[in-house]
Amino acid sequence: MFNFFSVSLWLNQNSAVDLQYHLGMAVAIQCRGLRKTYEGKVEAVRGIDLTINMGECFGLLGPNGAGKTTTIEILEGLLEPTSGQVEVLGRSWQSSAGDLREWLGISLQETRLSEKLTVRETLQLFSSFYHHPGSVDAVLEELSLQEKADAWVGKLSGGQKQRLAVATALVANPKILFLDEPTTGLDPQSRRQLWDIVRQFQQRNGTVLLTTHYMDEAERLCDRIAIIDHGQIIAEGTPPELIERLTGHHVVEFALSDGNATNGHNWSKLPGVQSVRTEDGLFSLQVQEPHETIPALLAELQKQRAQLVHLTTRQASLEDVFVQLTGRHLRED
Amino acid sequence: MATVEQPPVVTKPEQPVKTNGRWIAYARLLQMRMLELQREPEVIFWVFVFPLLLALGLGIAFREKPADVTPVAVVQGPKAQQLFDLIQRSPQHAAIQVEVLSAPAALDGFRLGKYALVVTMDDFGVHYRYDPARPESVLARTQVDDALQAAAGRRNPISTETKSSSEPGARYIDFLIPGLLGMNLMNSGMWGIGFALVEMRQRKLLKRFVATPMRRSDFLLALVSSRLVLMLIEVALLLLFGVLVFHVRVEGSLAAILLIGALGAISFGGVGLLTASRAQKIESVSGLINLVMMPMWIFSGVFFSYERFPKMALPAIRALPLTALNDALRSIILQGASLHSQLGRIAVLAIWGGVSFVLALRWFRWS
Repeated sequence: MFNFFSVSLWLNQNSAVDLQYHLGMAVAIQCRGLRKTYEGKVEAVRGIDLTINMGECFGLLGPNGAGKTTTIEILEGLLEPTSGQVEVLGRSWQSSAGDLREWLGISLQETRLSEKLTVRETLQLFSSFYHHPGSVDAVLEELSLQEKADAWVGKLSGGQKQRLAVATALVANPKILFLDEPTTGLDPQSRRQLWDIVRQFQQRNGTVLLTTHYMDEAERLCDRIAIIDHGQIIAEGTPPELIERLTGHHVVEFALSDGNATNGHNWSKLPGVQSVRTEDGLFSLQVQEPHETIPALLAELQKQRAQLVHLTTRQASLEDVFVQLTGRHLRED
Repeated sequence: MATVEQPPVVTKPEQPVKTNGRWIAYARLLQMRMLELQREPEVIFWVFVFPLLLALGLGIAFREKPADVTPVAVVQGPKAQQLFDLIQRSPQHAAIQVEVLSAPAALDGFRLGKYALVVTMDDFGVHYRYDPARPESVLARTQVDDALQAAAGRRNPISTETKSSSEPGARYIDFLIPGLLGMNLMNSGMWGIGFALVEMRQRKLLKRFVATPMRRSDFLLALVSSRLVLMLIEVALLLLFGVLVFHVRVEGSLAAILLIGALGAISFGGVGLLTASRAQKIESVSGLINLVMMPMWIFSGVFFSYERFPKMALPAIRALPLTALNDALRSIILQGASLHSQLGRIAVLAIWGGVSFVLALRWFRWS
């Protein structure tokens, strides 16, 4: 009797989750009209709406100071929004902070963990905070930290420290993983390692929300992204969608030898050109089909007797999307 | 009522899910805090070794020396031998060292501090040359005068008896050890909690902890508990050191000493917590900690009795937590006072600790 009851309950719960999942209705994170004003002056976030689905890897892409960290920290329940609603796993922070804390794994930007504890001790500490934590050994293995398990945190490399930071989030056995700039300052190999970790988590039906100012990271890792600038979302969608919608598929870039007064020419009249950008003498044409545009371009240059010093074509990227939207580059150092 | 036999429970979860009990987080936090402290050589030095060195240094500097011998110069002359004999015959002769020399040599020696007193005897009597600004010179004059009068046959109208007091319990080191104990509890409480917290805040570690389901009370409790564990070692080491090296006699009960020590550790933990409740940078909290501790270093009777301060200031001085802690420790260690007799001081400590804790928790900044 007892067994039967618990089994049926278990089935009910699971089928409800499955149903939601299959209807594409399972929302992991949702926020409406999010605003955050610091000390009555600086408006870090100016009205953000987001819906992040279960099982999705969602990226907040934007330059430094765009409001990414403020947004993610509000969603993590670490900052109070000035106005707006947040729902995580169908709960609000006001009413169910305790439950939510159990379900979320969070890696903050620039946390310096205790240097004189070992990797294993740090994970044991974090796992002790949760009711049903994951296994420390499994997380060590998953993040390839077994060899460093007994090394002091202070002795780790940047990439290892960052993996440990993600490990402290994963040891929670979370439903949603929040990563704030997880690969900033890392070498390419460490970055790829972290991407693999995120993908593995996603394969176990985990939901990921991450912020980044690397467009390649967003492009390769995220199912959907929102581009944030000056505290607002200026574009949202899957990376291919955004690229297609806002630029052509391809970019044709060329430069001419000095003295050729062709700046005034209207390149957008060439066949297949969607938009044109000029920067330091470099012309970028966003085009749908390079094989249509390039012959026409060469013919036009011939006509003008202009001499070409540089010509390339490449796939359009999110960087182009960002430049198209803001007129600035993502990383202006 | 019959007992129903329960069917064997067959629960075999597919994945063994680990479940943490209520106090696991607290236990881990405490364990990791102790590990961190243990791996910090500076902590070992400042908390454990430094107080012992201080006790050793001051204990040796102020140790009881054999009674000083007063060096006295007698100026050569016809009556010099008579003077010399008188002093040698006096009851105080052992404490006075007499040299007979020429007047210029005697005055030179006096000026250089070699002699505390220059004595001349002629037909008119005895002449003393002494320096009223030098305590040992003043003392020598009285001493030699007494010696001469007694040797010459003066009888004291009142009979007196003197007992010397340099037994354990009344020496400077006996006064010092409880004071050092109190000071050490204050230092390590303020630094161990205040500094550690601000460092963790600066590293964003506090914020990271708050992003987990960790109970904030567990965290603070673990921090305070780590202080209590250290307190046990601090008290035991310093007392043992005092007993073994300086033969300090512990009159009161060990339980009472530890109880007061624990109260002191918790009280200063609270003050440390309050000091660290808002500060964002370790530089600013270092300044604050010194600002809070400085008055107590000076006024609370660590190295010398605060009774020397003006009477008006005494009530304020006694209201300081370190004064209460030092006084209670001294009463219990040196005089064997009961806990009951220390209720006033216990109240002072409890109020400081309690009020600090409440204010600190209200103002505390986790990020």
